[in-house]
This record gives sequence, structure tokens and C-alpha cells, in this order.
Amino acid sequence: MKILVVDDEADVQPLFTQLFRKEIRKGEVELNFALSGEDALSFLTTGISEVVLILSDINMPGMSGLELLQNIREQHPLAPPLVMMITAYGDPENLQRALDLGADDFLTKPLDFNKLKEKIRNIEYNG
Amino acid sequence: MSLFPFLTILFLVQYLNKKLKGSSVYPKWKDIFLIVQFIIVALLVVEAVTSSRPWFNWIWNFLLFVSIGAVLKVHEFRKARPVIVAVLPMFFVALVEDSVKLLNRDFYERWDDYFSAATFFAVVWLLAFVFIIRKQQKAQEQELLRRLAEDAQNRIIAERKAALEIEVQERTGELLAQKEELEKIVLQLQATQTQLVQQEKLASLGELTAGIAHEIQNPLNFVNNFAEVSAELLEELKAGPLQNISESDKEYADEILQDLKQNLSKIVFHGKRADGIVKGMLMHSRTNTGKKEPTDINALADEYLRLSYHGLRAKDKSFNSAMHTDLDPSVGMVEAVPQDIGRVLLNIFNNAFYSVSEKKKIQPETYGPAVWVSSRKIVSENGTEMLELVIRDNGMGIPETVLEKLYQPFFTTKPAGQGTGLGLSISYDIITKGHNGEMKVDSKEGEFAEFTILLPLA
Repeated sequence: MKILVVDDEADVQPLFTQLFRKEIRKGEVELNFALSGEDALSFLTTGISEVVLILSDINMPGMSGLELLQNIREQHPLAPPLVMMITAYGDPENLQRALDLGADDFLTKPLDFNKLKEKIRNIEYNG
Repeated sequence: MSLFPFLTILFLVQYLNKKLKGSSVYPKWKDIFLIVQFIIVALLVVEAVTSSRPWFNWIWNFLLFVSIGAVLKVHEFRKARPVIVAVLPMFFVALVEDSVKLLNRDFYERWDDYFSAATFFAVVWLLAFVFIIRKQQKAQEQELLRRLAEDAQNRIIAERKAALEIEVQERTGELLAQKEELEKIVLQLQATQTQLVQQEKLASLGELTAGIAHEIQNPLNFVNNFAEVSAELLEELKAGPLQNISESDKEYADEILQDLKQNLSKIVFHGKRADGIVKGMLMHSRTNTGKKEPTDINALADEYLRLSYHGLRAKDKSFNSAMHTDLDPSVGMVEAVPQDIGRVLLNIFNNAFYSVSEKKKIQPETYGPAVWVSSRKIVSENGTEMLELVIRDNGMGIPETVLEKLYQPFFTTKPAGQGTGLGLSISYDIITKGHNGEMKVDSKEGEFAEFTILLPLA
């Protein structure tokens, strides 16, 4: 399963790589990273990717996670990827807006790894 | 010629009568004057009927003499004495004329014209005096009238002055009342200003707190997440590559792994602790975002009172406290965020029970811990109906130096690790910013602490 993680914090990359170490080794998961919304969009338009799941932060400089979500929903109406938004604790406004824009699920920071893995497992079974 | 003495006496009597009129002795003399007048009229009639005789003149002269003497001698007539000057010539002319007539008839007849002239002059003299007296009297009357008018005017002026005095007093009273009212308003304004400054300070402190929390959140998340991942990696390391090393090395490696694991769990523990604080701080930024619904504050207060009490009992079996509720059911529903109000109540109740339990530790024998909660409907200064919830405990009380810092974030009197100092500061934000209410505190150190929450009912 291809997962695109969008976050302006570069340290998210080693964190996720280490977190999914076993899955990556087994070839169950393939992680891609983008440092901004713009990066994420260009990555998606290269076409080669068949990203199933996008994990995106909301608060990013430039294109925000919400704008990215909006763009994805507009550009990929067919076979849309699942989008999971990562929101900061205690930010009900962004949560509501993400829901309105068509986010599939939410994660709150700090990330609960067990919950994240469980959600991904559910996608694998259902998808 | 008896007409002149008659008229003279009549004039004198009339004059005295006029002079005495109005005095206290007048009634006594009035009758005498009447009798005298009657006598002289009678005498004149007798003289006219019985043809004139020379000695008759002497009766008149005697009467005139007595009259003049009376005026000069009687004390009560002293004011009329100057009039004697008017009648004296007449008296002397009559006396001399009659004397000459009696002694030397021839001489009299020869000088008859002169005597007539003298009599004429005496009469003129008298008339002149009468005229002058009349004039004086008129002048006096006028003077009297003038004085009466002046008195009346003075009286009017006095009345007007009194009226003005009253008016001035009224005005002064009004001004004084206004001044007092203004002073009161100034004091109120000053109090409001201090309150506003305090509110502003607390609001900006709340914002600052939330801002700091927001900034710390991300780095802290990394710390927590990396520590967790590292712990997992250690497990993997232990289960995987490390299985293949020699037994002695394994033991050595295990020891280090154990320490590393412990360190990571410490990082996770304290990271979570910091995360808890950050979450508390972030509460400041979301005190007015919850959804408001009609809330039964009484039920909420009762529920959280019990919740707080049993929470403390679970930690400390020996703890006990009396609870008194006086909740007025007529306060009805309040538009509020139940969870937020619950958080405030739990905070205050927890503090109250903590305070009474601390006091019980100091005075185990004599002290009876108690917590009161009461509600009622009040009308605030600006006329809006409000619910007043009062929570009181007879615990340690709050020192005055602490009172003003009570709502500041991170201010706590509890030992390190037992309180973040965010409870009351968030409570304050929830009540004031989130619900447009008021939160007040009253306390006496060592005796009681009383929190009052006001929430608008409309």
C-alpha cells in the first residue's frame, strides 16, 4: 500500500520510516513524503503513483492541508485516495472544515501509533 | 367777648384729645374732656341767654387759666406743652383787657381799638399755630404712612429673602447630592477600571499561555513519538540481531538495553506529563468554542460535588467532609457548555476539599470539614437576571497576597507535581470569556474561602 505523508516537519520522515520498519521490510507498505502541499500535489500528478492513503498535516506554510485536500478532491474525482488529516489537539474548527471538505478520517497530535496502525490495517482489509 | 376763650379752651381740649388718643391713659381723660366741653358749651349758652356781665369774663379767664395750668402741670399732657405758646397771648390779652375794663372804664373805652387789635393779633397768633400744628400733623401722618409703606416693603423683602434662603438651601442640597452621587460614580469607575485592567491582564495571559502551548506542542510530540518508536526499536533489536551474539555479550547487552528502555520510558512519562500541561494550557484557547445548550446548573453542581468528594475519598480513605447544598430550583436553565461548567465546578470543589483536608491534617481533633454550595437568582447592577452559584469551604482560606494572583496561569500553592496552576485560570476564562459571566472570590486566611460564579440567565 502506498502512503503519502505530507508534513512540513522533516523529522516526520525518519519517525514514520522507523514506525513502519517491519511493514516496509515485508513490502506491505510503501512510504512517500512531501514537505508541503504543493510538493504533494506535484507528486500525485506524476501519475506513476498509485497512492492509496494520504496522511496530511493541516498547519503548513504555503498550501495548507485543507487546501491540499480541496485540490485532491477536485483533481481526482475518480478512484480518489483516502485522505486522513492530522490535526493539532483542541482545534475543532479545522476538524469541522476538514470534514466539510471530504476528509475520510482524523488523527490528533501527538500521534497514537497503535491507533494509526489499526486504521491502516482496517483500510487494507476493506480496500 | 366770650367767644375767644371758649374757642381757645375748645381748641386745647380737642388738641389734648388728639394727642392722647391711642395711649393707655386716654380712656380716663376722654370722659373728662367730654365733661369740660359740655361745661363750656353750657357756659356759653348761659352767657348768651343771660345778657353779658363783666364777671362772666372772669369765669372764662379762670377756666382758661385752669386749662393752661393743667396742660403745664399734668404729667400725662407733657407732650402737648408746646401748644401753650399758641394760647398764652390770648389768655394774657383777655386778662389785661378784663383787668383794665374793671379798673379803669374810661381808659379802656379810650384804648378800645388797641385792645381789639391785640385780641385780633392773639387770634391770628392762635390760628397761625393751629395752621402750623395742622401742617405738622399732616407731615407726621405722611411720615407715618411712609414708614408703614417702608415697613411693608421691608416685610416683602424679608419674605423674599427667606424664600431665596430656602431656595438656596434646596439648591445646595441638590448640588451636594449630585456631588455625592458623582463621587460614588467615580469610585465605581475606578473599581471597574481596576477590574478591567485585571481582566485584560488575565485575558492576555491566557492568550500567551495558549500561544506558548501551541508552539511547544509540535516539538513535544516529536519527543514523545521518537521515544515510543525507539522503545519499539529496542524490542526489535533484542528479539532480532541480538539473538545471535554470545551468551556473555548478551548479558552485557541486556543490561544496557534495560537501562535504555528505562530511560525511554522516563522520557515518555515526562513527555506525557508535559503534554498534559500543554493540553491544559491549550484549554485557554478553546474556552469559547464549545456548544451551548440549556443546562441545569443545580444538577451539575450536585453531580460534580459528589464526583469530587468521591474522587478524593478514593485517594484518601480517611478523608471525610460535610456537604451542604442549598440549590434553588427556581433558577431554571442556563445557556452553557455543560462540560466546561463541569470542569470549573470540579476545579473549585477539588480545591475546596483539598483545602479542608489540609486543615484536618493540622487540626485532627477539633476541626469539622464542611463544603457548602448554594444557588439563587439575582439581579445584577445593570439589571440583568443572573444565576449566582456560591461555593464555600471552611478550610485553610486564601492569603491576601495570593488572592490577586489566583487566576494567573501556572500560579499554584500546591507542592510540585500536584497542581499545574491552570485550573482556576482556565475556570476564570470559561466563566468570563466563554459564558459572559463573572467569577469572584472572598476569603479569610485560616477560616474560609468562597467562590461566587455569576452566569447570565437570559
